[in-house]
Amino acid sequence: MRRMIAAIVALVLLAVPAVHAVQPDEIMSDPAKEARARDLSRELRCMVCQNQSIDDSDAPLARDLRLLVRERIAAGDSNSQVLDFLVARYGEFVLLKPRFERQTLLLWLLAPLLLAGGGFALWRQNRRRSRSGVDVPAPPLTPDEEARLAALMADEPKSP
Amino acid sequence: MIAEAGHYALVLALALALIQSFVPVIGARLRDPALMNVARSTALAQLLFVGASFIALVTLHVNSDFSVANVYENSHSMKPLIYKITGVWGNHEGSMLLWVSILALFGGLVAAFGNNLPLSLRAHVLSVQAWIASAFYLFILITSNPFLRIANPPIEGRDLNPVLQDIGLAVHPPMLYLGYVGFSISFSFAIAALIEGRIDAAWARWVRPWTLVAWIFLTLGIAMGSYWAYYELGWGGWWFWDPVENASLMPWLAGTALLHSALVMEKRNALKVWTILLSILTFSLSLLGTFLVRSGVITSVHAFANDPTRGVFILLILCLFIGGSLSLFAGRATSLKQGGLFAPISREGALVLNNLLLTVACAVVLFGTLYPLAMEVLADFKMSVGAPFYNLTFVPLFALLLLAVPFGPMLAWKRGDLLGVTQRLLAAGVAGLVVVAIVWAWTRGGSALAPLAIGLGVFVIAGVVTDIVERTGLFRLPFATALHRARGLPRSAWGTAFAHAGLGIALIGIVCETTWNSEYIATMKPNDVAQVAGYDLKLDGLLERQGPNYREMVAQFNVSQGGEALSVMTPSKRSFTTRGASTTEAALLTRGASQLYISLGDVTAEGAIAVRIYHKPFVLLIWWGPVLMAFGGMLSLSDRRLRVGAPKPARAKQRLQPAE
Repeated sequence: MRRMIAAIVALVLLAVPAVHAVQPDEIMSDPAKEARARDLSRELRCMVCQNQSIDDSDAPLARDLRLLVRERIAAGDSNSQVLDFLVARYGEFVLLKPRFERQTLLLWLLAPLLLAGGGFALWRQNRRRSRSGVDVPAPPLTPDEEARLAALMADEPKSP
Repeated sequence: MIAEAGHYALVLALALALIQSFVPVIGARLRDPALMNVARSTALAQLLFVGASFIALVTLHVNSDFSVANVYENSHSMKPLIYKITGVWGNHEGSMLLWVSILALFGGLVAAFGNNLPLSLRAHVLSVQAWIASAFYLFILITSNPFLRIANPPIEGRDLNPVLQDIGLAVHPPMLYLGYVGFSISFSFAIAALIEGRIDAAWARWVRPWTLVAWIFLTLGIAMGSYWAYYELGWGGWWFWDPVENASLMPWLAGTALLHSALVMEKRNALKVWTILLSILTFSLSLLGTFLVRSGVITSVHAFANDPTRGVFILLILCLFIGGSLSLFAGRATSLKQGGLFAPISREGALVLNNLLLTVACAVVLFGTLYPLAMEVLADFKMSVGAPFYNLTFVPLFALLLLAVPFGPMLAWKRGDLLGVTQRLLAAGVAGLVVVAIVWAWTRGGSALAPLAIGLGVFVIAGVVTDIVERTGLFRLPFATALHRARGLPRSAWGTAFAHAGLGIALIGIVCETTWNSEYIATMKPNDVAQVAGYDLKLDGLLERQGPNYREMVAQFNVSQGGEALSVMTPSKRSFTTRGASTTEAALLTRGASQLYISLGDVTAEGAIAVRIYHKPFVLLIWWGPVLMAFGGMLSLSDRRLRVGAPKPARAKQRLQPAE
C-alpha cells in the first residue's frame, strides 16, 4: 500500500524494481547466526528507502548493510555491538527502534503518560459528577419538534 | 473540447460550492426555509458538475488523448482498458479529483436522503461540506489542474507506473477515499451542532450511520491495500508501519472510537462533548493524511521545501479547518449540557475505556509518524521510527483493548456487574487457556507470547459466542425459541458480534503469520526441488511471454505434497518497455487459510534463478478479519433503527423513548 500511494503521489516517478531482499548468496552457513542477522536486519533502516528495513529492501545499500551486519556477526560481535557499530557509522537514523534517550523521551513515554493522564481525568470527572448528583434534564423541545412529535404519536399504531 | 468542458464543470462546481457555503447559513440566521433549502439544490448540482468533470477525465484517459498533460504522463495507448480507467486516480491530480467527487457524492447523499433532518441542521451540515469542498476545488484549480493541455502533443504516453497496473489499484484508493471523505459528514454534523449550540441523542442517531458507512469503506480499503502490498511487492509483507499507511490507520482508530462513543450518546445521552471532539479529530486526521501523502513531506522535508506550492496550500487548508473547528469547539463545547450519569463499571464505562485505549493508540501512531519530522526540523536530529517501535508501544495497547472487548457488550448500561460478567465469560476464558496450552505444546519455535496472543484471539471470539448464546437463550430454551429470539435480535447486535469476532480472527492470523512463517531462499535450476513446510516444489522450467505492454519471464513450479500432485504455480517477472521498469508477479496457492507464496529474483549467468518461497500459515485470516468487521458494520447499518430516511410507518412503529 505504501508504495502504491507513494507512486500515486508521483513522488516515486522512478520505476519500483522487483523486490528481493535477502539474496541466496548472502545467507550465512550457521543457521543460528543467520537468524540473528535476520533479526537485526529487521531493526535497521535502509537509509535510501522510504521507511523500509534492510531485511525488506532490495536497494544496493541495503545489501551492503546486510553483508556488513553478517560480517560483524561472523567477527564475533554481540547484537548490541553490531548496532553500536552501525550507529557510530550512520547515526541514529539507521535504527528503526529509536533508543531511549533525551531526544526520544517524549516519544517513548507518550503512551503511559496519556493512559495515566486520561485515567486520572476520568477519575476526577467521575468524582465530580457523582458529587453534583442528579441527571441534567434534556433541553425542552422547540415548537417545530413538538409538532413533529404530535404527528408521530398520532401515527403510532394502537397495538403495544 | 472534453478537457475544457471538464475544467469548466469543475469551475462551476466551485461557484456552486461558494453559494452553498454562505446562503444556507444566512438562511438559518434569518430562519428563511427557502434560503436554507438552497443547500439541497446546490449540493445535488455540485455532484452533477463534479461528476461530469470526473467523467471527462476518465474519457480523456480512455481515449488516450495525449494532448492532455495528465494523460500523457500516466497513460499509454497499449495499456489494457481497465488500467486506462484506474490510471485516472493513479496520479496526484486525478486522485484529488476523485477526492472531491466523493466529497460531492456524500454531500449529495445528505441532500437526497436527509429529508428527516431538521431544516436548519441540514442547511448547516451542507454548508460546512461546501466549505471543505470549496477549499479543495480551489486547491485543484490553482495547483493541480488535471485538464492542462500540452502545446505540441506527443504521439505516445509515458505509461503508468507498472506497480500500479494491478486490479488492487482499481479498488483500493476509491475505498480508502470513501472512508477518509466519509468522515467529513460526521465532521460537518459536529460543526453544525456547535454552531446551533444544541445536540441531543437524535443527533447521534443521524451521525452514526454516516460514520458507519465511512468506517466500513476505510476498513475494507486498508485491508485491500494491505493485501495488495502482500501479493504485489514480492516479499510477503502486509503491514510496514509506513507513514502513508499510518495516515490511513489514524482516522480508522479515531473513527472506531467515534462509532463507540456515538453509541453511548445515542443510548444514554452522555459523552456529548467527547463525541463532538472525536468527530472533529477523525476528519482532521483524514485531512492530515491527505496532507502527508500529497505534500511529499514524508519522503523528505527537503523535497517539500523545494516544491512547496501544493504542500503549503494543503497545510493552509489543514490549519484553517483543524484550527477553526477546534477553536469553535473550545468556545462552544461548554454550552453543551452533559447528561446521563453512569457508574465506572457499566457499558458506558467499558466504552469509555475503549475510547481511551483507541485514542492513546492513535496518538502513538500520530507521534510515531510526526516525531521524526519534528526532530529533524526543530533539533536537526535525524531518527527513524519503524515496526519495532510500534511492536513495543501500539501492540500492548491493542492487547489490552482486546482483553476488554468481550466484557463490553455483556455489561449492563448505567451500572454493571463485573464479577457476574466475569463468571459468565468463564467458559470463554477457559477456551482461550486451553488453546494456549494446545498451541504451546504442539508448536516449536517462535516467541513465547505467540500462544498467549492466539489464546487472546480465541477468548475474543468465544466471548462473542457467549454473548450471542446468552441473548438467544440457546442451550437454555428449546431450539426453536432460541432461533426465534436470534431472528428477533437487533441487527446491530449481530453487527457488534461479527465485528468483534473479526478482531479475534485477524489477531490469530497476524500471530500465526509472523511466528510460523517458513521461508526458502535459494538459486534454483530447472528440475530442482524445494521443500517448504511439507510441500515439494519442483521448478519445471522458465519461459518468456509477451503481454500487452510488457514482456514477462514465467517460471513453472509443480507443487506436490507427499508425492501427490497439487497444482502448478507460475510466478513471473514483467519488464515494461516504456518505463524500463519491472515488477514481480508472485504466485499464490491457497490451502485453507494458509498460502504458499513464490516470487522470482534475477536469473544468473548459468540459467538458474533466485527464488523466494514462503509458506504462510493462516495468513488469509489477517484479511478475513477486517472483511468480517466490515460485514458486521453493514449488518449494523441495515438495522432499522439506523436506516437513514426510513419511511414514516417504519419509524412510527418504534416507540419513542422518553428523554433521559
